[in-house]
Amino acid sequence: MFEEIGTTTEGDLIINVGPQHPATHGVLHLVITLNGETIKKVEPHLGYIHRSIEKMCESLTYRQFIYVTSRMDYLSAHINNHACALCVEKGLQIEVPPRALVIRVIMDELTRIASHELWWGAMAMDLGAFTPFFHAFRERESINEIMEETCGARLTMNYNVPGGVMADLHKEFPKRVKAFITLYKSKISEYAELVTGNIIFQNRMKMVGHLSVGDAISYGCSGPTARGSGVSCDIRKLYPYAVYDKVEFDEVLETGCDSFSRYIVRIREMQQSVRIIEQLIDNIPDGEFQAKTKAVLKLPKGEFYTRVETARGELGVFIVSEGGTTPYRIKFRSPGFSNLSALDKMARGSKLGDLVAMMGTLDLVIPDIDR
Amino acid sequence: MPVSDKKTTEFPGQVHETPGGGIVLSILDDVINWARSNSLWPLTFATSCCGIEYMAVAGAKYDFSRFGFEVARASPRQADVIIIAGTIVNKMGPVLKRLYDQMADPKYVIAMGACAISGGPFFYNTYSVVKGADHIIPVDVYIPGCPPRPEALLHALISLQKKIKNGLTREQIKDAKP
Repeated sequence: MFEEIGTTTEGDLIINVGPQHPATHGVLHLVITLNGETIKKVEPHLGYIHRSIEKMCESLTYRQFIYVTSRMDYLSAHINNHACALCVEKGLQIEVPPRALVIRVIMDELTRIASHELWWGAMAMDLGAFTPFFHAFRERESINEIMEETCGARLTMNYNVPGGVMADLHKEFPKRVKAFITLYKSKISEYAELVTGNIIFQNRMKMVGHLSVGDAISYGCSGPTARGSGVSCDIRKLYPYAVYDKVEFDEVLETGCDSFSRYIVRIREMQQSVRIIEQLIDNIPDGEFQAKTKAVLKLPKGEFYTRVETARGELGVFIVSEGGTTPYRIKFRSPGFSNLSALDKMARGSKLGDLVAMMGTLDLVIPDIDR
Repeated sequence: MPVSDKKTTEFPGQVHETPGGGIVLSILDDVINWARSNSLWPLTFATSCCGIEYMAVAGAKYDFSRFGFEVARASPRQADVIIIAGTIVNKMGPVLKRLYDQMADPKYVIAMGACAISGGPFFYNTYSVVKGADHIIPVDVYIPGCPPRPEALLHALISLQKKIKNGLTREQIKDAKP
């Protein structure tokens, strides 16, 4: 029976989803082989938003290349920038001031909340509910406003620079974040009432898109996708960077291995992000927000790798330096690419209508996959 | 006459009061353009970052349904305006052309963001990015920004409405009789 699944035989229906399809959250192209309504095979075709970011980085200096990475996974733009800044700092062995470390973590967690907000709204919309979208964007706008005050941009922040952050916090920042946290805590329970407890929603999510522990590991899944299968993979816990080793938070793990588990992981992660921000917002140390660095950065000859936990999973930045002002080669290990590769495994044997629920809980950002 | 000078919110015509009612005098083309411009259905076409700001405009705070744009369609056959939100790369180019061809006349195009205007941040040292969506399809309104603010998109939507009312979009100019 297992040989039969995954091969195209006469009578199979092959349909193309995308690249222009609202459920793909961008320009992903899926070639789906169907037997009746049952999925036999899902083949993702990539490259519809391949912007050659890795090649571009080779001609940009170590200060310049960070801005391109905001456009990679734009929903966790700040975390992407953080990863690149960490890698350059590792190469130059810069000591980042404690104020900058705390600012970075607060911004990271705000970005994570904003990203999960958008995912929640978009996923509910994929499943046919339109109202959650408006609820999610209502809260998301408050985060965007906080970001805009300090960073100058709503979405692509470019706030991290090698050695710290670009500018000091806006003087209203702690007050606004606290106001947001107070408001936000009451909203998370609203989400549970609106979507999580809905019986139609649960029926569409539970026992759908099964991804076993072994598959999650062997496909290299990370982030909430893997944690929904019970795989402990939170980089913030396992390889702490910035001040994550000094704050208290739980690594969210669910063992349901289905779409609903992945959904619950993200909802609970938002609560953990709130917890981290609450611990830090009153304890931002005084001092410099940026370390003194040379005007022209030159990494020593060698290879450098850092990784961070974005809203989607593990983002790795690998720089090969020849000692010049620009990197010789840059490779990004993006979380979405590995998570997408598990889609075929999840989808085989289930119905076409459930594919949307599976893709929704993978939280794909296509420019992150194609780069 | 510049687009911004002409009054565009009013009904294009004059009402002559007569006993027991009135007579409306107008030009049929103007009435059709006026009607069309107030109910434009956008295609949900987002390739990258600008798509998120496009979604923000669909959200409650900015709310483009105030201007008649709320019926976002997933099928190009039902859409009037295509908002190119994001980078167009070489592989996506033919798809964009095909989507544009599938749309029913009259159709309008807004290029949102630096990437759709000129390639933007991906102009130099890249081998795969189309340097501006107008290499592929004609564009009526350009919005600068990376990504543009939601207010900028709203401004572009209103500008497009003004252009349609005045018969100045590329398609209307193309079709105009001498």
